[in-house]
Parts: sequence; C-alpha cells; structure tokens
Amino acid sequence: MSTTRQYELVYIVTPDASEQEIADLHTQIEQIVQRFGGTLDKTENWGRKRLAYDIAHHREGNYVVETISGSGELMKEIDRRLRVIDQVIRHLVVRVDEELRVAQRTGEARKKFTARRRVARGLPPERQPGEGRGDSDSDIDMEGVEVQR
Amino acid sequence: MREERGSRGGRGGDKKEGKGGADSPRRGFFRRRRVCKFCAEKIDYINYKDVRLLAPFLPERGKIQPRRISGTCALHQRKLQVAIKRARQLALIPYVTE
Repeated sequence: MSTTRQYELVYIVTPDASEQEIADLHTQIEQIVQRFGGTLDKTENWGRKRLAYDIAHHREGNYVVETISGSGELMKEIDRRLRVIDQVIRHLVVRVDEELRVAQRTGEARKKFTARRRVARGLPPERQPGEGRGDSDSDIDMEGVEVQR
Repeated sequence: MREERGSRGGRGGDKKEGKGGADSPRRGFFRRRRVCKFCAEKIDYINYKDVRLLAPFLPERGKIQPRRISGTCALHQRKLQVAIKRARQLALIPYVTE
C-alpha cells in the first residue's frame, strides 16, 4: 500500500445548490474516501461566501473544507471527480502533513531555545504570567498549527 | 515635559538630517516595518484560508507586497507567497483589483 498522507480539500459549490445537494456531494466524497481506505478527519462548512472574483459567472459560492488522510491515488480520484461535477465551480487539494510537521518542529525548537536561554539567565524555563511586556502573551500557548481566523 | 512632536513629525528630526532625508518626501512619512510579522508573532504556519492574516500584505492593487516594504523575512515571504497564491485560486483574495 502506498503511504498515508494528510490533505486538505477545499471546494466551492455553486450558490444555487441546495443544502441537500451540498450534503450529497459530501457523501459522495466520503464514499470515495472509504473506497480507497482513507479517513475523513474533519469537515468544515463555511457556508455562502462572496467570491473575490467571478467564477463561471457566479459572485458567491458555498465553501466546504475537508481534511482527509489517505493515499495520493485517493486524492487523484477525488480531484478527477470534482473536475467532472458541474456544481463544483472550483476546488483545491493541498498536502498539509509536511507543512504542519515543519511548523510544529520550528515551534518546538523555538520553545526549547527560549527555555534554554531562560534557564541560563536563571529564570524558570517557561514564561510566567504577568512577565515582560503584556502584548506578547502568545509566547507559550502558540502551538503554531491552528492559526486563528 | 519635552514631548513635543518635534522629533517625530517635523521633517528630518535630529537623525535624518545629514542623509538627504529632507528632500525625498518618501522617507519622511513611510515608516517602514523592519520586523517580520510572522517572526514577531511566532506564526509558524501561514494558513492560506486565513484571509485576515494575508490581507495586510496585499495593497489595493492586489499584488503581493515586496519584502523590502513589508519587512517580512525571506523564509516567511516565501511561505506567504505560496499561501497567497492558494488563497487566490480559491477566490478568497483577488488576483487583481481595478
């Protein structure tokens, strides 16, 4: 079997599609994912949003974001299917596992680095509440993976 | 106290006088951001779905702001560039604005 990777799929459905049709599309994707032995980790429905420019004469679109773990073949199939479906006016598949891993690693490295320097200065390794300038309280809790919206 | 606007707003305070800062109007008002936003705020992953994060790097025209103006470091500018291009494909951000 091929290796499992994590992908993010974003697709935009026409604004005139009903809730039901959007749900149907979602189940279609779910089925493909299952057929290829992948997992659907997360689904986010952003609902109707204004497009920054017209796509296929539409000014709005329904955004759906799915996080999928699976093989490259799986994503290839999804990509092919979405291309064919007319209701989907735009879609994008991005591989995210590597980027997130890099982000996490840099975050951890920085944490370690600051901890080492703080210890060298005779301070506790973690930033204490109320220490330093008030604006940089993002010091510790920032895991780097989930960026605020 | 002596906190009149003199040193800041007045053209060419005490520092810039020697360097022709007075004749080029740009230098005066464009206060440059020297620090990379992503380094300063410790943002490791530049999310392409986060329009609010990307918006400050897109001036009116919709072009990607060069590093020399935004002050972003090379590493983050590269990542930002990819994120912006992805966001453009998804119509979250315009390619061009008239």
